[in-house]
Amino acid sequence: MKILTLVRQVPDAEGGLRLNEGNVDLTGAPLVMDTMDEYGVEQALRLREAAGAGEVEVIALAVGPAKNEEVLRSALALGADRAVHVKADVALDPVALSKVVAALAKSEGADLVLCGGRQSDWDSEALGGAVAERLGWPQITWTTELVVEGGTEPRTAKGRHDTERGSEAFAVRLPAVVTTQQGLCEPRFPTLPNIVKARKKELRSEALESFGVAPVVRTTGAELQPRQRLRRIVQVDGDPGASVAELAGVLRGEMGQAGGAQ
Amino acid sequence: MILVVASHADGRLQKVTYELVTAARAVAGDDPVAILVLGDKVDSVAAEATKLTDQVLVAAQPGLAQYRPELWAQAVAFVATEGEAKLVLVAGTRSGREYSPRVAVRLDAPLLEDVVALRREGAGFAAKRYSYLARVTESIAAEAPVVVVSVKPGAFEPAAALEAAGEQYEVEVELPKSRVTTSDERVESSTRVSLDDAEIVVAGGRGVGSAEKFDSLILPLAEALSAAVGATRAVVDAGWRPYAEQVGQTGKTVSPKVYLAVGISGATQHLSGMNKSKLVVAINKDADAPIFKVADYGLVGDVGTVVPALLEQLRK
Repeated sequence: MKILTLVRQVPDAEGGLRLNEGNVDLTGAPLVMDTMDEYGVEQALRLREAAGAGEVEVIALAVGPAKNEEVLRSALALGADRAVHVKADVALDPVALSKVVAALAKSEGADLVLCGGRQSDWDSEALGGAVAERLGWPQITWTTELVVEGGTEPRTAKGRHDTERGSEAFAVRLPAVVTTQQGLCEPRFPTLPNIVKARKKELRSEALESFGVAPVVRTTGAELQPRQRLRRIVQVDGDPGASVAELAGVLRGEMGQAGGAQ
Repeated sequence: MILVVASHADGRLQKVTYELVTAARAVAGDDPVAILVLGDKVDSVAAEATKLTDQVLVAAQPGLAQYRPELWAQAVAFVATEGEAKLVLVAGTRSGREYSPRVAVRLDAPLLEDVVALRREGAGFAAKRYSYLARVTESIAAEAPVVVVSVKPGAFEPAAALEAAGEQYEVEVELPKSRVTTSDERVESSTRVSLDDAEIVVAGGRGVGSAEKFDSLILPLAEALSAAVGATRAVVDAGWRPYAEQVGQTGKTVSPKVYLAVGISGATQHLSGMNKSKLVVAINKDADAPIFKVADYGLVGDVGTVVPALLEQLRK
């Protein structure tokens, strides 16, 4: 079985953001592997460990600028068997990117594609569904438990995932696309010997041009933090009486408006 | 045609459907607005939808009794193609955002995802949306014969009813068999006020102290304010509250009139789920907590002292 796990390099959630000429400028910003992709890599490794030796191959995929090689090296250091880097300097929207991921899933003969449930740079949830549709595969999103049953074909992925109103158990015959989220697993840390070993693992580069893909959504501008906050912060020492009374007044006023609007 | 896909549950249109109609009417121009109702036994939903538009398309068949992304995508794409839709509007709910990319791929259309503003521009549409964990508002645009748009719940005012009721038209959709089987559904309902529709949210974090304190401090406060209850990832992970109440990157995104954050430090992952709230009030003992950077009103103090005092004031 082959598992293709997508890794994306995104700005560190706790780092600041800068704008340049109406667009987010990531030059010099601290970049990390998207958290939800860490779960994807970890889950792929766990599925490999649960299967017999040599039965599962884990392939990490990144589509983006040269710097993306860093997250692929991290995925290899964590334990991925090999990596593919589609070098792209143009920013692709999720539907455009899905074409590249689907093409590689096909050419690599993947049985399972893992990607993040929501990308923390785009705030998008579209990638999993778009990849699945291009491949004609089913999709499972917001997965919190995932196992694969059946050593040889047909294999079935089983587990639990979140829905609109709660959660449900699922079973789906592979191939399929599964999206990850926090709670699926706890990612491991790379060990020094594995970091060294990772340098010798295969990291293949491909050019974006060979996929015939272009962005279909244009970003025409960006604004940071448009909402100004009052920032009226009061230290409560000892008796909270006065400051709490003021807050209660504010809340009562808002409640009046909220009720009146209904 | 502007095609609005109805979101409905328990035999009624959800509020977000009314919001989609507002978005549709604003960009419709001379194009008719049609509402598509998918499901089985959806008479009451279809009847409710006729109050909002002239044309209601009803695909009622047993195969659509349960939501499945593949089936929904196929049905919506089929109707959009038949009706030569220029725009397909889908609710930016968890399921809407799950199947809308499949619709976009089927129609070879651009997807404008989770938008908070929408207008026509040239031969296409321009929109605004949040990105980078809701820290940035981006302007985006796409030109194509048909564009798929998911709309963030709460971003538009709900549409008012028309004077004359519209017509219903039956549509038949060929459906594939779903390849996913599901079982053991656990519906996590929390308080009587749902997070999605709430005008006031009272949310608690780790700083509340314990599950017992959450029950004795946060729940009465929510009750006193007729508010929905929210929680951080840490609180849900600790098992104090159900997942349905989680606000943040991996939970719900809310933008109520008031968000009252109690014992919440304000990690970016949480802020991304609430930082578009109109008024943010924070109570936390750590003056350096990031939540105060996005707060309109903040009380730096012990949750165990401040909340009971606040409750007493509110009950006066």
